[in-house]
Amino acid sequence: MFEVVGAGFYYRRGAWVFRDLSASVPDGKVLALLGPNGSGKSTLLRLIAGLVAPKEGEVRRSGPVGFVPQLQWSSLTYSAFQMVLMGRTRLLRAYESPGRADVFAAKAALERVGLFHLAERPYASLSGGERQLVLIARALAGENDILAFDEPVSALDLHNEKEILALVAELAREGRTVVLSAHRPEHALGFADQAVALFGNGEALVGECASLLTDDLLARLYRAHVRTFSFRENGTVHHAVVTW
Amino acid sequence: MAVSSPERVGARDAPSSSYRLEQPAPGAPGAGAEGLGGRRGYLLFAVLGASVLAVAIGALAVGRYMVPLGEVFRILVSRLVPLHRTWTVTDQDVVVLLRLPRALLTVVVGAGLALCGAVLQAVLRNPVADPQLLGVSYGASFGGALAILLGLSTVALMAGAFGFGLVVLVVVFVLGRSAGPAPTLTIVLSGVVTGAFFSALVSFTTYIANPETQLQSIVFWLLGSFATATYSADLVAGVPVALGAATVLALRWRLNVLSLGDEEARSLGVNPQATRWCLLVAVAVMASASVAVSGAIGWVGLVVPHLARPFSGSDHRRLLPAAALLGAAYLTVMDTLARTLLPTELPVGILTAVVGAPTFFVLLRRHHRRAVWVDV
Repeated sequence: MFEVVGAGFYYRRGAWVFRDLSASVPDGKVLALLGPNGSGKSTLLRLIAGLVAPKEGEVRRSGPVGFVPQLQWSSLTYSAFQMVLMGRTRLLRAYESPGRADVFAAKAALERVGLFHLAERPYASLSGGERQLVLIARALAGENDILAFDEPVSALDLHNEKEILALVAELAREGRTVVLSAHRPEHALGFADQAVALFGNGEALVGECASLLTDDLLARLYRAHVRTFSFRENGTVHHAVVTW
Repeated sequence: MAVSSPERVGARDAPSSSYRLEQPAPGAPGAGAEGLGGRRGYLLFAVLGASVLAVAIGALAVGRYMVPLGEVFRILVSRLVPLHRTWTVTDQDVVVLLRLPRALLTVVVGAGLALCGAVLQAVLRNPVADPQLLGVSYGASFGGALAILLGLSTVALMAGAFGFGLVVLVVVFVLGRSAGPAPTLTIVLSGVVTGAFFSALVSFTTYIANPETQLQSIVFWLLGSFATATYSADLVAGVPVALGAATVLALRWRLNVLSLGDEEARSLGVNPQATRWCLLVAVAVMASASVAVSGAIGWVGLVVPHLARPFSGSDHRRLLPAAALLGAAYLTVMDTLARTLLPTELPVGILTAVVGAPTFFVLLRRHHRRAVWVDV
């Protein structure tokens, strides 16, 4: 679980990206961060992940955070396995290299995301979906209780989007606390329990997804006409968001 | 909220995951990636280690005055256990007093420069990084040239080179401290600027140097040469290079993580600033020590890591030791060529550049095809 208590952040003094923001996410729950580009989703995500310190307030965490960045390039190419093994670094001393237990954990993490057969392939040669899975495996290898995803599906096609989001939901059901920034509101409606709507002018609303993310709020948030469509199949409710 | 018909969307639902279906084959993948282990890893280091030894012993035999290989071995062994003498005094003097300290120095400097390049290329995330890009080599060159200009001793020359190399690092640190969004780029720019400044100072010292007495020794020293190698020079270079090498080798795993960029490194539990400066100090110490004993020898730190990568991979747990061994062998070969190719000795710095530049070009093209380096 993690708890954001009265957090505020600015890049330039006086221009708050958000202020007095509080949210509490218990184990096994998912928090989605929504807002237009530049509204501070990434900033809030990094604040929760501990990569950025809040200017006021604080973040309390039950354990370490595994950060899954947006799809990255690296000029040096490591294998998928080596990338995942780097997730173990948090558990090693500065001068230590990974040992047997770390190799085992990294292999288990690769297996968990179903990419064991690609372990020796260069990370850079993998498809977008596969790379995202490698980055998720890396966060899992670090034995993190909390997982933070930075727009996990923004660069993926529909199939991979479904795969990744299903995996995210599964990881949460296993008891991990998940926070993700989402570039589309249906990702919050379908997968998250709570949401933060960031307007980018300092205003931020926090609430349960179903009650917070009304068409009116989304229209105001994205400055567009928004209508949400939902349907139920096999007991699951699916959402589609249309703007014009 | 309106409810649309389930059929239309449901029918498009893709079949089950293509990722999850694969069951891991037990054993095979990942096995070779465990640390330094794996038979291929040990084989690589065995081959490289043997070639360093072979090249160094070859360097003791080869020259304008040839010493038979058998005698070289006997002379070396006789240093440790008394042997019946079958060699001439000249043989012994050439091997023990001239060539052995020189071969040791090329091994030490070659390994040091290769490590500098490999570390800098990862830390600065830049495939053309070497100690010259960081400016350290130019600072050290100025320190040495200044000592010659002032007519100081060899000890002062080494101290001056070493000291000014570190001065450059401090300047780069101060200039690059305002990290900003691209700390590595700031460091590269600070290094280029500082290097250019000290490069101008070097030009100034050669301009005002006495052409009768000082100019030639400054120029010869600047071009890089091992002609003045002695056992004390071995020690002067060996101790800092050993300390620097121990530091970067200890941090070899963190170097992998750091090469992913600052934010990823931080999210994986590595303090990027502290780790980077630890590594840069180690690099500056090794590079300054190398310039102090042999002048500015370019293209070794740049080329050797690229030569090593196809065999060792990008993982620095393997790349660093592989580059160090390869650098030692490479520079020893280059120096042996430099003193045997022409009737008069060629400054080795010229040879490494003449060989290094086209090699680097070919390597970059091949690496592009193999995706050892990837464009942004």
